[in-house]
Amino acid sequence: MADKLALLDILLEDARESTETISRQLGCDEATVEELIAELEGEGAVLGYQAVVDWSRVETDHVAAEVELNLELDRETKYADVASRIAKFDEVTALRLVSGDYDFDVTVEGDSMRDVSMFVAEQIAPIPEVTQTVTHFVMDTYKNRGLEFTDTDEDDRLSISP
Amino acid sequence: MKLSERARSTPPSGIRRFFELAEEMDDVISLGVGEPDFSAPWKARAAAIHSLERGRTSYTTNRGLYELREAIAEHVARYGLDYDPDEEILVTTGASEAVDLALRALVDPGDAVAIQSPAYISYGPGVRFSGGDPLPVSTRPENDFVLTYDDLDRAGAADAEVLLICYPNNPTGATASGDELGEIAAFAREHDLTVLSDEIYAALTYEGEHTSIATLPGMRERTVVINGFSKAYAMTGLRLGYALGPSEAIDAMNRIHQYTMLSAPTTAQHAALEALESCDDDVAEMRTQYDRRRRFVVSRFRDMGLDCFEATGAFYVFPEAPYDDEEFAEDLLQAESVAVVPGRVFGDEGYGHLRVSYATGLSELKEAMNRIERFLDDR
Repeated sequence: MADKLALLDILLEDARESTETISRQLGCDEATVEELIAELEGEGAVLGYQAVVDWSRVETDHVAAEVELNLELDRETKYADVASRIAKFDEVTALRLVSGDYDFDVTVEGDSMRDVSMFVAEQIAPIPEVTQTVTHFVMDTYKNRGLEFTDTDEDDRLSISP
Repeated sequence: MKLSERARSTPPSGIRRFFELAEEMDDVISLGVGEPDFSAPWKARAAAIHSLERGRTSYTTNRGLYELREAIAEHVARYGLDYDPDEEILVTTGASEAVDLALRALVDPGDAVAIQSPAYISYGPGVRFSGGDPLPVSTRPENDFVLTYDDLDRAGAADAEVLLICYPNNPTGATASGDELGEIAAFAREHDLTVLSDEIYAALTYEGEHTSIATLPGMRERTVVINGFSKAYAMTGLRLGYALGPSEAIDAMNRIHQYTMLSAPTTAQHAALEALESCDDDVAEMRTQYDRRRRFVVSRFRDMGLDCFEATGAFYVFPEAPYDDEEFAEDLLQAESVAVVPGRVFGDEGYGHLRVSYATGLSELKEAMNRIERFLDDR
């Protein structure tokens, strides 16, 4: 019988898969799949469905940077307060609190290195709790969201084998 | 050059003509492939690379690396099998070599070897190479292709010396429960048959757990179990298998092995050791993918009106062909560029069926099923 974890696994593999094909794979009816998807969305477990894009193959300028942020908090301010402020920016595509030498790991995307630099300098650095920013521009992407960007694995099996 | 009678009397494999047909065509989606579409787990490949970097390119001991035999012993314990790595495990060049060695170690010229049928295409020739006479024992769709006591009785298997079974099964995808194997075991004990149990697909069991016939009462001492790394670990090209059995059988097999193969490929043995030690998650992930595809394919065939029993192991389904299996497979290939293997290739008992492998990506499977459906609709 279908369960949510199995369904999530399929959606993570291909979020565009039809409910008909999913139902066949899970051995249940389509209505059950639609119901489970609705539940996952309703519970906030599934927040959206997005394409994984290799921007190097798209004729457009696209730059990404991983930005380390260090914060200094006071009694009145929590990490989540600062995070909600930073997350509002469209340029910020990912934001995580991490362990180690810095506090926030922020992914910033833009049309050019200048755009990204200016955004960090003008919008992030001035936030009172932010004490330090270190910007690492992404030079190349080899794997993202579980997909290898340079994967050229071809099926080299014999067409018929015993 | 004069060729031996053995070579002259060995017919070309029944799949060869289909292979050649499919190779000539473009845009073929092949559902005729008897191997995983995954690559071997990266950790296993990395171990192979490291072994080469460290210059581990010598022969190993005939029986295989001791650490690997220990790891195999530990691995098969999950099926309730208990074998001593010193004397009861032999590492071979693919499970195919293990089958060949077992037949040559157990079969005398003229001995009958009962083979559950339909069967993997190499069993019959393998029996003949060992000097034995293959005795096909038909399994029936109404029994989900599981061998019964009556099937064995009817086929005259009581007079055989060896019984060769394979569960989960290629080509049918059938699995056998403990109770079902109990019937086969009872027959083997009653008629003093040695059993050669090919369990190469053991890890690809989708409903319940795999049961080995060697775990049934009175069977360990009369069974040689064959397994390997090709299917579960997607390591077909690395050619590594193993045999488990009583020390006298393994010793006999090793005596032949030491003169023919010497030892299994060293690089592959290092990969296999790593596979056993750290690739369970990879196997589980592959099994999950196969299982979903299995359900998808069975459900599509049934919706097309083809009789397709619920295969519960390996990565094959074995639906009934709407008409002559060979003609259907050829027509389908010509009309829609989808390759399936006619059931008769696996013995007369396969007539009227098709072996369809779902060891291919879901998007290709979907396209192949759409093409088959269109082909059936256009008839």
